[in-house]
Amino acid sequence: MSRISAVPALLALAVIALVAIALALSAGSVAIDPASVLRALFASGDSTQQAIVRELRLPRAVAAFAAGGCLSLAGALLQVLLRNSLADPYVLGVSGGAAAGALTTMLLGAAAWLVPVGAFGGALASTAIVFGLARGRGPWSPTRLLLTGVVVAAGWGAVVALILSLAPEAQLRGMLFWLIGDLSAPPAAWSTMGALLLALAAALPFAGDLNALARGDTAAAALGVDVLRLPWLLFALAAFLTAAAVTTAGAIGFVGLIVPHAVRLVLGNDQRVLLPAAALAGGTLLLVADILARQIAAPAQLPTGVITALIGVPTFLYLLRREQR
Amino acid sequence: MTPPLLAAYGLGVTIAGNQVCSGLDLAILPGQCWAILGRNGAGKTTLLHTLAGLRGPAAGTIELRGKPLATLARRDIARLRGLLLQDDSDAFPATVLESVLVGRHPHLSRWQWEGAEDVRIAREALAAADMAGTEARDVRTLSGGERRRVALAALLAQQPRLFLLDEPSSHLDLSHQLTLLERLAAAVRLGDKSLIMVVHDVNLAVRYCDHALLLADGEAVAGPAQELFTAERLSAVYRVSLKEVAGPRGNLFAPD
Repeated sequence: MSRISAVPALLALAVIALVAIALALSAGSVAIDPASVLRALFASGDSTQQAIVRELRLPRAVAAFAAGGCLSLAGALLQVLLRNSLADPYVLGVSGGAAAGALTTMLLGAAAWLVPVGAFGGALASTAIVFGLARGRGPWSPTRLLLTGVVVAAGWGAVVALILSLAPEAQLRGMLFWLIGDLSAPPAAWSTMGALLLALAAALPFAGDLNALARGDTAAAALGVDVLRLPWLLFALAAFLTAAAVTTAGAIGFVGLIVPHAVRLVLGNDQRVLLPAAALAGGTLLLVADILARQIAAPAQLPTGVITALIGVPTFLYLLRREQR
Repeated sequence: MTPPLLAAYGLGVTIAGNQVCSGLDLAILPGQCWAILGRNGAGKTTLLHTLAGLRGPAAGTIELRGKPLATLARRDIARLRGLLLQDDSDAFPATVLESVLVGRHPHLSRWQWEGAEDVRIAREALAAADMAGTEARDVRTLSGGERRRVALAALLAQQPRLFLLDEPSSHLDLSHQLTLLERLAAAVRLGDKSLIMVVHDVNLAVRYCDHALLLADGEAVAGPAQELFTAERLSAVYRVSLKEVAGPRGNLFAPD
C-alpha cells in the first residue's frame, strides 16, 4: 500500500472510532443527545448529565477503546512474530498469564498499583514460553500454535483455580469480578490509553522491518533487519499490551485475532498501515461490544468478553478451516 | 586491480559439529560467476549463509569490498549483497508487487515509503524475471516456479552487487532456467557485479560459472572452472562416476 492510500484509510478508521465514542457517551439508561454530550464534556451545564458523561461514560469508553486497541495491537505483533494469522494473546495463553500474575499479587495482599506489574510479569512469562518454543524456527503451523496455546492457557487456568481456592472469602468476590472483565469500574482508563500510545510509538519505527520479518527470519536478515533483537521488542511489547488490556478489562478474548485479520483483508499486510489501523479498529470493536453489552439485556449488563467471544469463536474456526486448506 | 567484492581468509564453517570447510581462502572479483557444488548435507547452504553474513564463521574473516563484515552496518551489507533463499513461504497474503518491493527495504530509511522510483525498479525486476503483468496477483496463488521468479525479482529489486543464489533453478522449467540464469550471468559479465550460486545441476554450473567451490568431506576447494570442472574432480565430489562428453556448447558431464 502506498502512503497516499494509507492516509484516507486511517482517517476513515479514526472517524469511525470517534462516532463509536460519541455513541458510547450518549447511549445508556439515560439517553443524552450528542449536543448535550458535547456541552457536558466541554462546558458547564446540567450537572447530572455532566456527571454521567464525564465520570461514568467517558472513563468507561476510554477504557474499552484502549483495552481493545491494546489487544488488537498485541495480536498483530504476535502474528508477525510467529508468522501465523491465528496468533492472539488470548489463544496463546498470554492473557491467562496476565490474569494469573495479577491474581497472585492480589492474593499476596500487595498494593493496588502492583497488580498491573503482576499482570505484566505473568504476561511476560507466558510470552517467554511461547517465544522460547518459537526461536529459530520457520513459520508456526496452526497445530503447533494451538497446542502450545491450549497447554499454556490450561496451565494458567490451573494456577488461577489454585489462587481462587486459596484466597480468603473477603478477596474472592473482587478477584472473580476482575477475572470476568469488568469495564464498569475501570481502574485507570487514561493510563491504559497511555500504554497503547506508548506501545504504538515504540512499534511504528520498526513497522518497515516488520514487513521484512513477515517474510521469515532469514529473508529479513538478508534484507538487513536485526533479527536477533527485533523479536525481543515484539515479545516485550505484546506482553506489555496484553497486561495493560487485561488489567483494564479482564481476560477478553479474540479481539487480537479478529481485528488484525479483518484489517489485513481490507488494507493489506503492510505493517506501517496495519499496526495503527489495528489499534484504531480494535479500540472501536471493543467499544461497540461494550455498548452492546450494556444495551442488549438492559438494565442487566453482560460481560464484554461474552460479546467478543460470540464474534471471535466463529471467526477463529473459519480462519482455522481456511489455513488447513 | 579491482579489489574483490567478497573475500574470505582462513574461513572455517561448521554446522551441528560437522565441518563444512576450514582454512578456506576465497576472492570473488567483479565479473565472476561462482558455483558451489556438493552432495546433500555437505553444507552448501550453510556456507552461502555464512558468506552472506547471516551466521558467524567458526574461524577466519569475511570481507565485503575490503571491509570485514563485522564492521559493516546490516543495511550497508544488504545493499551490497542479496540472497535468494532455497524456499519461500508466505504466511500472509501479499500482492506480487508488494513482495518485490520488500527487496527495496535496505534502500529506504526508517520513515521512508516506497516511491515511484522504487515501483519502477520493482516492475523492471518483474519484467526481467518474466513475471510482468502479475503485479496485482496474490503470491499465494502462484505456482512454485512463478513464486520462484517473484523471489528472484525481489532480489533484482534489491540491486545488490553480489548475488548469492541458493538453488536458483529449482522449480523453474528448462526454458526459464536457461533464460533467467543467462540474464543474471550477462549482467555479471558486464563488470561490476558477481554471483555465487548453489546448484545441483553440474551442467548449469559448467554453462554459466567461471569459478567453482567444491565441498566434500568437510573440505572446500576453490578455483577456476577449467581446473575444477573435470570428470575426476566432480566424480569424487558426488561419488558417482561421471564422464565428460562433447555438448553443443562446450563439454557436459554425464553419469557412466
